[in-house]
Amino acid sequence: MGKRLMQKWRFYRRDPKSLVLSGAVYLAAALTMFALLSVVGCILIKGIPNLTPELFERNYTTENVSLLPALINTLSITGLSLLFAVPVGIGAAIYLTEYASSGSKLVSAVGVTAETLSGIPSIVYGLFGSLFFVKYLGFGLSLLSGALTLGIMILPLIMRTTEEALRAVPDSYREGSFGLGAGKLRTVFSIVLPCAVPGILSGVILGMGRIVGESAALIFTAGTVAEIASGVFSSARTLSVHMYAISGEGMYINQTYATAVILLIVVILINGISNYIAKKIGGEAANG
Amino acid sequence: MRKMKEKIMKSVFLTAACVLIAAVVLICFFLFASGIPAIREIGILKFLFGTRWKPSNDLYGIFPMIVGSLCVTVGALMIGVPVGILTAVFMAQFVPKNLYKPMKAAVNLMAGIPSVVYGFFGLVVLVPFVRETFGGRGMSVLTASLLLGLMILPTVISVSEAAIRAVPVSFYEGGLALGASHVRSVFYAVVPAAKSGIFAGVVLGIGRAVGETMAVMMVAGNQAVIPKKITSGVRTLTTNIVLEMGYSTDLHREALIGTAVVLFGFILLINLSLSFFKRRTK
Repeated sequence: MGKRLMQKWRFYRRDPKSLVLSGAVYLAAALTMFALLSVVGCILIKGIPNLTPELFERNYTTENVSLLPALINTLSITGLSLLFAVPVGIGAAIYLTEYASSGSKLVSAVGVTAETLSGIPSIVYGLFGSLFFVKYLGFGLSLLSGALTLGIMILPLIMRTTEEALRAVPDSYREGSFGLGAGKLRTVFSIVLPCAVPGILSGVILGMGRIVGESAALIFTAGTVAEIASGVFSSARTLSVHMYAISGEGMYINQTYATAVILLIVVILINGISNYIAKKIGGEAANG
Repeated sequence: MRKMKEKIMKSVFLTAACVLIAAVVLICFFLFASGIPAIREIGILKFLFGTRWKPSNDLYGIFPMIVGSLCVTVGALMIGVPVGILTAVFMAQFVPKNLYKPMKAAVNLMAGIPSVVYGFFGLVVLVPFVRETFGGRGMSVLTASLLLGLMILPTVISVSEAAIRAVPVSFYEGGLALGASHVRSVFYAVVPAAKSGIFAGVVLGIGRAVGETMAVMMVAGNQAVIPKKITSGVRTLTTNIVLEMGYSTDLHREALIGTAVVLFGFILLINLSLSFFKRRTK
């Protein structure tokens, strides 16, 4: 061990630039990990002691800023958004990979729009949602407006991951299916799609993560009412919006920590599931 | 019958693909239809370069917000880009094997943490830290830059890491064969070859920093004036919209939508340069 260290020392003395560079690399990696640990650590240490049972009561009052209604609303908005984005995203991906000829104008147009959509900041989505869904279509500040806004937001993500998953299915599967006399539709639904399920699922889960974390796009579309939504047309806040709302009031700092813990746990769960699926797809995909 | 079904489903899939195009068209239409008349009414130069934003006096100059967005983005890049690229180099070339998976998971987790949580962390940790170390009120360009620098890290890291990994091993081996050390082969043969991919990661990071709203709002102070020092408060284009959208009416409201149009323009520029880098990578 000592000999190797000496060797290293001699090497670096001859080449100080290498020493600086490798030092910088290790420092940067340590800094990144330190940053993440301090965010997670700070939230967990201060938040877990504040996770009181009162925070999970059914009703939100100003004395008890229960997070349960927001948690339930988060679930319903996630469900509604996926209900819109998953079929549309998968349908679009099927068209692009299975039907359109690869050089067609439509394919490149959809590609460009998907790229544009994924670059648009969430507040712009929120503004669009409030102009289009809330005002123009008259849905009002509601679960539905919020869910549709978020649905459009995660659409490119779902489409892209599905497209990748579909393209990864070997052509011989399709040829085999055609050879056995199956039509295009049947080939798509009983051969190609089932093979692509894990890939699609990981995209859907990533989309869920974005929905759970989103707040800017929801404030002006789903609103900030802290009750359990009674229907798709009633306004409701999700957990992220709830956390933002109570963090601004100053008197609920402990409850904000607790809400942050719940949000973190949800995010960690979602990450864990997507890692698990990625591992199932196997090989390189597990690392990328 | 079967033919009918095939045809119908094909058009269903086609419609789904067209929903994406329709979404972009609708977003552009609704933003531009309310934003552009307002910009015209205010006067495009007065709107873009006016230094005073006082809706109560009918003064709608968003120059302070444009400068604000630029400041915090540049600040975030100064922190996030070097650390991000070096971390990516570490993960692609230096990392001990058993450390890679946990680190990758950590970076993914970092990307998944909601921006309100980052914002809250900034509020309770970074703001007091900056206040005590650098003076001022703590809510400042510096705080926002620090926080955004942290938030763009996962984007920069994952894209750069993928780019570095995509460089053929022969580059690295060639470096070694010429007598270069591990460190030198990595930095003089592999990293330069991954340049355009790394740039793409940086550009994506810029997009994230420019578009971030909630976290910035919680730590930046939000004064609508051009910041004089790095410890003075700042308001960005995104936060301008969230802060005032709730109670604005008429021209004020449309001026906010005009702000979104400007923001959208910036994002389109960033997207264009991104696809430029992507094409170069191919």
